[in-house]
Amino acid sequence: MIWLALIALLLFTPSAWAGEARPLGDDPAVEERLKHLAVELRCLVCQNQTLADSNAPLAEDLRREVREMIVKNMSDKEIIDFLVSRYGDFVLYRPPLKSTTTLLWVGPFVLLVGGGIALVVALKRRGRKVADAAITEEEHRRVEQLLSEGVKRS
Amino acid sequence: MIPEIGHFALILALCVALVQGILPIYGAAVGNSALMAVAKPAARTQFLLVLTAFGCLAYAFADKDFSVLYVAATSNSQLPLHYRLAAIWGAHEGSLLLWTFILTIWMFAVTLFSTHLPDTMRSRILGVMGLVSVGFLLFMLSVSNPFERLIPAAPEGRDLNPLLQDPGMVIHPPMLYMGYVGFSVAFAFALAALLGGNLDAAWARWSRPWTTVAWCFLTVGIAMGSGWAYYELGWGGWWFWDPVENASFMPWLAGTALVHSLAVTDKRGGFKVWTVLLAIMAFSLSLLGTFLVRSGVLTSVHAFATDPKRGMFILAFLAVVIGGSLLLYAWRAPRVGLGGSFSVLSREGLLLANNVLLVAAMGSVLLGTLYPLFLDALDLGKISVGPPYFDSVFVPLMTPALFLIGVGPLAQWKQAALPDLAKRLRWAFGVSIATAVALPFALGTWTPLLSLGLLLAVWIFSTAVVGVRERVGHVAGDGYVARLAGVPRSYWGMLLAHCGIAVFIVGVTMVKGFETEQDVRMNVGETATIGGYTFRFDGVQDVMGPNYTAARGTFHIIKDGRETAVMYPEKRRYTAQNQVMTEAAIDTGFLRDLYVSLGEPLDDGAWSVRLYHKPFIDWIWGGCLLMALGGVVAVSDRRYRPAWRREPQTVPAGARLASRQIA
Amino acid sequence: MTRFFLPLAIFGIMVGFLAVGLTLNPREIPSPLVGKEAPAFSRQQLHEQDKVFARKDLAGQVWLLNFWASWCSGCKIEHPVLMELAKSGAVPIYGMDYKDQRDEALAWLNRWGNPYQIVGVDLEGRVGIDYGVYGVPETYVIDKQGVIRYKQIGPVTEEALAKTILPLVKELQAK
Repeated sequence: MIWLALIALLLFTPSAWAGEARPLGDDPAVEERLKHLAVELRCLVCQNQTLADSNAPLAEDLRREVREMIVKNMSDKEIIDFLVSRYGDFVLYRPPLKSTTTLLWVGPFVLLVGGGIALVVALKRRGRKVADAAITEEEHRRVEQLLSEGVKRS
Repeated sequence: MIPEIGHFALILALCVALVQGILPIYGAAVGNSALMAVAKPAARTQFLLVLTAFGCLAYAFADKDFSVLYVAATSNSQLPLHYRLAAIWGAHEGSLLLWTFILTIWMFAVTLFSTHLPDTMRSRILGVMGLVSVGFLLFMLSVSNPFERLIPAAPEGRDLNPLLQDPGMVIHPPMLYMGYVGFSVAFAFALAALLGGNLDAAWARWSRPWTTVAWCFLTVGIAMGSGWAYYELGWGGWWFWDPVENASFMPWLAGTALVHSLAVTDKRGGFKVWTVLLAIMAFSLSLLGTFLVRSGVLTSVHAFATDPKRGMFILAFLAVVIGGSLLLYAWRAPRVGLGGSFSVLSREGLLLANNVLLVAAMGSVLLGTLYPLFLDALDLGKISVGPPYFDSVFVPLMTPALFLIGVGPLAQWKQAALPDLAKRLRWAFGVSIATAVALPFALGTWTPLLSLGLLLAVWIFSTAVVGVRERVGHVAGDGYVARLAGVPRSYWGMLLAHCGIAVFIVGVTMVKGFETEQDVRMNVGETATIGGYTFRFDGVQDVMGPNYTAARGTFHIIKDGRETAVMYPEKRRYTAQNQVMTEAAIDTGFLRDLYVSLGEPLDDGAWSVRLYHKPFIDWIWGGCLLMALGGVVAVSDRRYRPAWRREPQTVPAGARLASRQIA
Repeated sequence: MTRFFLPLAIFGIMVGFLAVGLTLNPREIPSPLVGKEAPAFSRQQLHEQDKVFARKDLAGQVWLLNFWASWCSGCKIEHPVLMELAKSGAVPIYGMDYKDQRDEALAWLNRWGNPYQIVGVDLEGRVGIDYGVYGVPETYVIDKQGVIRYKQIGPVTEEALAKTILPLVKELQAK
């Protein structure tokens, strides 16, 4: 029995013999930070990809550059400033809040609040106007009648 | 010869479309029934003509006729037949033909299922669709002719872009276009109603099934596109907020809002003007998407080859169609009546609140997509708006909408009471909160987003259960099963679609919270472990495909000492364009996907390999399919059914008169 | 009443922007370095490997810095224009061989002609990154104080040369 169990163990754990694969980067912590930064940066030569996803030569160069800066213990802000000073805000997938991008960042919430106010105002105003619902009930009944008439004729 | 027949069929189709777009609308305006009667045969003839053209192009592809420029540019003699046929929509010209073909399919469907409509209404609907078709046929015949000859013929085709050589390509674009173009029916209904001035509840009832069906197609189409990107692009993402993805997402958001506001208009006769505007918006956004993809104004992963002439044409077309319909709207909408009354807190009110949220979300996607263009046009610099922006804007906009999914279906029509709602929902709320707090801890990590996602998903599920229980309580019948059967299908459809969203949220949340990835260098026999699964690399072999050569890796997956799967990722080189493609291998499972993608060969037989463990990722697409299924179930509801089994006949004059008076 | 025209108005504005957008190239990214001091570099020369090519050696003159490579197809297109310009002697052109093989670069220049005063070697593309190069060819106009005045993205065309680059060079030289 013990032998059988041992053979089974050997048969079903082939990984026991093989070596562990090494991570591609030398330092996993550096790679982690690189990834964290690169998903928010745009590959300039590609159509529309992040620096993390792209395999373009320039993207590889820039990843190398960023990796070196991480090893030099530069902060995220310093690294991003380095890239922005060379390529402009275009490299940032998260546009910085500036006078020209205010509308971009505020717009969605203006839409939401404006829409909400418009809805409440419209409903309140409407509630006063259609106080007498008798006509509309009648209208509804006639529509139902019209629809069912069509049905009966089939 | 065959391509010339196709070309000629398109020219004839244009003539028919002109007739279909002008005579019936004029006839409806002056009350001439002979002119109105033209609509139906014209639409059917146009369908047959475009079908002929489509068939001719398909034949040219099947026949490897490289004397047709488009065929030579997008296929190759080694390309397998199913991809040659999919190559019909592999580039600009052919996909435009697919657009037009699908438009005529929808037209044909309208002629089949519109016999219960008043003559004037039907002629206007088909007339409007005919006019849209005129634009597309003109576009094809003037600057995008798929039948253009190449003389002398090319000895060999340039081949379909390898990215597109995938089963996804065969089915994704037709699905997506069925959705986009399907909104043209709701659009035509809205314009017909504006033209005739008869925006009544019957109009909403008639539009509903059409809108829902188009919405289902669009949902499936987008989901398939996302799934395709996931396995084909080779870096494991499923949504990139790329302009082209946004172009399909905007009509979806507008269409979803439309489906809900049609419910209000159908039930209460209210907010007709808003519903009409949404119908116009949904189709306009489909057209805008077409423009964005084909004009080259935005950079995108999957934009078509661009040509400023084409951009100019579509923009002019856009201006005429959308501008014209919005002008009609501005002119006619003020005369539309108000409909029945309801209070702010009511099913209607909540449905409209959902509309506000969806439209705000749609507006944000539009703003984010076009903002770089705005700044550039004003010479204020170039920026990029990408996933981090959309993610941070979308979560706060969608959270209240998802919360409302739980409340809305339980609120009474006309007037709901807050204390009553709170009482009915309290245990669902308790369960959701408890799960959101406890489950992440049980799973090992607690992050605010993880908790929020689970909260919303459980909230939707649990309120659905409350809803069903209450429904069953109200339905008459003996026994539980009989009562369940008594609940109308439209209700089940809604529930299914909402639960689809919950499933989708679970997928998104779990993937974001728990996915793991590793970039490793692997030699033959080496292993790497990720998410409890051990991957053993057994080397790379050269294999030959029909039109590519590939290096195929073999990976054995071991979990708990047992081998569970063998995976074969490939690195393919397509010979015609000498292009290298990464073909990831995916082991799909109900609770997780394993994803292996081969990187580059390194020295001494090692390869760089990227491994992913993605929990619950398939729930993302499963959720979308559930949503679409919900739509299908809703459309099969009894109250729509008579419309599908109608003998050809017209509504009597009396009824028509009634419909006018109502308006 | 006016609220019914609101959608039309918004759409009208959008069409205006889209029409302007059609005339723009979304892939052309303006450089934030224009108006700033040109980044310093000191690189091995392509022809005489024991010598260096450094930015500071060029102070006091107006010059063009052209990033090119033998593998780059756009460089082939602009090459005759650069040869013509070099022959006219209007402004000195300096080259930076970007991520290239030395023998291939030399063969390329032998075959098509050499418009450059000096060519530096940027094997790893680091000078390119400092200059914000994202696709060769790219050409910079640098003034006597060493400030970048203009960046040509893509091939230098006859038109760009006549309309923009040469007038700018003349103006800078006169200063």
